[in-house]
Amino acid sequence: MVRIGVDVGGTNTDAVLMDGAAIVAWTKQPTTADVSSGVAAAIRAVLSQGALAPAAVQAVMIGTTHFTNALVERTRLDQVGVLRLASPSGEALPPLTGWPDELKHCIGDHAFLLPGGYEVDGREIAPFDAGKVRAAVKELRTRGIRSIAISSAFAPINASMEEQAGAIVRADYPDAVITVSNAIGRIGFIERENAAILNAALTSLAANVVASFEQALAQIGIAAPLYISQNDGTLISAAQAAAFPVLTMGSGPTNSMRGAAFLTGVTDAIVMDVGGTTTDIGVLANGFPRESSIAVDIGGVRTNFRMPDILAIGLGGGTRVHLDPSLYAAGELAAEALEVGPDSVGYRIAQDALLFGGSTLTSSDVAVAAGRAAFGDRAGLPEFSPAVLGTVWNRFQAILEEGVDRMKTTRGDATILAVGGGSFLIADTLKGAAQVIRPPHAAVANAVGAAIAQVGAQAEQIVAYDQVPRATAIEKMREEVTARAVAAGGDPASVQIVEVDEVFLSYLPGRAAQLRVRAVADLAGLTVQAPREAPKKTLVRHAH
Amino acid sequence: MRIDRTALADLATGAAFLGSGGGGDPYYSQLLGEAELARVDSFEVVPLDSLADDALVVPCGWIGAPTVSVEKLPSGREALAGLRRLEQEIGRPIDAVLPIEIGGGNGLAPLVSAARLGVPVVDADGMGRAFPESQMAIFNIHGLSACPSVLTAACGSLNVIETDDNLTHERVARGLSVALGGIAHMVEYPLSGRQAKDHAIGGSVSAAIAAGAAIRLARASGDDPFEALYAALRASGLYPFAGEIFDGKIVDLERETRGGFSVGRVVIESFGGGDRMDLEFQNENLIARRNGEVVAMVPDLITVMDRETADSITTERLKYGQRVKIVGAAAPAMLREAQALKFVGPAAFGFGDAYRPIEELNGWTQA
Repeated sequence: MVRIGVDVGGTNTDAVLMDGAAIVAWTKQPTTADVSSGVAAAIRAVLSQGALAPAAVQAVMIGTTHFTNALVERTRLDQVGVLRLASPSGEALPPLTGWPDELKHCIGDHAFLLPGGYEVDGREIAPFDAGKVRAAVKELRTRGIRSIAISSAFAPINASMEEQAGAIVRADYPDAVITVSNAIGRIGFIERENAAILNAALTSLAANVVASFEQALAQIGIAAPLYISQNDGTLISAAQAAAFPVLTMGSGPTNSMRGAAFLTGVTDAIVMDVGGTTTDIGVLANGFPRESSIAVDIGGVRTNFRMPDILAIGLGGGTRVHLDPSLYAAGELAAEALEVGPDSVGYRIAQDALLFGGSTLTSSDVAVAAGRAAFGDRAGLPEFSPAVLGTVWNRFQAILEEGVDRMKTTRGDATILAVGGGSFLIADTLKGAAQVIRPPHAAVANAVGAAIAQVGAQAEQIVAYDQVPRATAIEKMREEVTARAVAAGGDPASVQIVEVDEVFLSYLPGRAAQLRVRAVADLAGLTVQAPREAPKKTLVRHAH
Repeated sequence: MRIDRTALADLATGAAFLGSGGGGDPYYSQLLGEAELARVDSFEVVPLDSLADDALVVPCGWIGAPTVSVEKLPSGREALAGLRRLEQEIGRPIDAVLPIEIGGGNGLAPLVSAARLGVPVVDADGMGRAFPESQMAIFNIHGLSACPSVLTAACGSLNVIETDDNLTHERVARGLSVALGGIAHMVEYPLSGRQAKDHAIGGSVSAAIAAGAAIRLARASGDDPFEALYAALRASGLYPFAGEIFDGKIVDLERETRGGFSVGRVVIESFGGGDRMDLEFQNENLIARRNGEVVAMVPDLITVMDRETADSITTERLKYGQRVKIVGAAAPAMLREAQALKFVGPAAFGFGDAYRPIEELNGWTQA
């Protein structure tokens, strides 16, 4: 299948054109403020390198860190109205409890603690009060708050009150955009409500970003379907991504790790993705990103999404190197005279770094001066003494080595996969590394990860264990989702059951449980674990 | 001793471990504690031996199923209402409170109630870990009465319990907790200062803080958080042996809310297959079998932890696919005495196996 994988980062927009397992073309372009022109430029570049007509593209997969960045930067977020149906339960922990103050400020103080919610046995904690919901919706409308999150106690067991409140919002405030907690989360009230609020806060941005992706494709004349990467490496439609942006927030690390595994054929390794500002370090185990077992903080907010376990350290290609210019040619450098980061020039690297005629010393300048990379204009660099270059370079390695050590779980040296635009910062002989592998196309591993997205399949069913033994019921559903994943194009050998979630519905007879099983698989022909065919001769030109 | 934000976080980490899977996820108690720290600058904790003999000292905490506690959150009025009512029942003010159990969220819960009441928390608890039932408290084991006791719930329901024996007290309280939605706050075993000094498990709050701090510091310095935890537990004197009893991935989990408890079992398979561990739980992890052989049993502690971060995973937070280490620790000596084992040993939970200490089962020789 001919498809284009795109990674829209804060600094660069990368694209790869793939045909089956072969990378036909790739590019790295600056991310633009309007997003769409950067995406369009990247797609045009790979189409022209691959000498391919837009009509020949069968799918476009886009991974983006846009939503994560918005959250981290506290920008472009909507204020959110929260309708919580649980009172008097939970009044001690109102919505946004434990959130970082700045983010709380962005979301605003628009929470309504309303009677409602269910007990574990299905009774109501308090009856649904339509009048109070109407009054709250009226108030939100007066305040002009369009993004609304609705949460209710035990909504995963009974979603009815959330749906009733949603119906009132739709009737009384048609312009509002609603996120109900049962659509994105499972048991765990605070985490599920947090995810619903985060999702609601991203409503406008998601609509704009997804629309700009569609606009970019339309400009180019690509009619193929557009998919967006989600946290677990599978895809959702553009419409789903616009409605549930929070489901895509962990896709960046997932894509870079899966891309690195695909490019190298290595299934167990530490992946270091060096970007402009940070190096994201993750662990590949059996070809899958290692996940954190418990609650995951997104932008300082606790959720219970399953996401890759990532350590972000403050060293990237644009990281500032703080060193007095009078010491550039010194015979030796005292440790305290040097500071590396954590600040970075970020996307301004093309103007601010010495290599590009700017006046800020960055890690890239040092790497080029030390002969570890070759780009930009060397003439812009001052004279450094070998001792100074050595000291700074060794400091970079010490920072990276510490990160590797923190992510390592077994003794002994690990295989390191070095990817990302700044991967030249990683030396070949890193302490703790058995070997450092730099695959071809390492700079666009993220976009490759988007292009080799996995297929997912899910089944959900209420089973009465008095009639069907539990083990039989679970086995049957495992088989069913496996078959569905294969039917969706998954490689049978690569199918993994990633979730078996069981919620007992004690208000139903017969030991009833709601059982949910989810599987993911590599697309047939793209399995990371199996030995791959060597990529065919590719038409690669390096674009800048 | 004062508990500030950092110590509160350490207490949450340590209490989560000591919960042996139960006591509820401390996260919510920690959030409530943090909110309270905006009002008071720190929480006061006093040593057990500082109590006057005639002081009124009251253990308290939440009773119910942890699986419910993550959905049905407190109104925030439960604890204070219960403590005030107990003062009326006894006819004198409370001088100090303590956690009925140090494990899980209940290890932190009394901090806020104490601050609201204007009294300190005692560095002690009634279980040295967490147990599912009220009569498993050391105070019952040593023959003290649970009553008068006050049970309150989010809906505002307040219930004074007076029973002749503590087992009936547990049954009544359990029944009430189920009727009130599966989770309630309980004030029980009101003690004199003398009784507290004679019977409570002293030093458990500071042991939990030390265990949490050890994990935090090890993470920060890149050391092994598990080794740091074991060392801190041994150093506390309360938990003389600790170590890993399994390492693997959760491949099956069966968990339901039944009779007012979270009950179920979890199966962990070693990486690469071959070995498996079966854990059975009733709120708390009770027995661990490796390939069918018992390797740890109640009252010794059995905690499921994230194998990378050393975060303890309470039973209600377990999920299919989690990569975990199972860590065991010796229970405080008071819980291993013959009289205590009648209430908190394997037989009390319906297991046929006679109690054997974890260090013996695993050949751990070094204390």
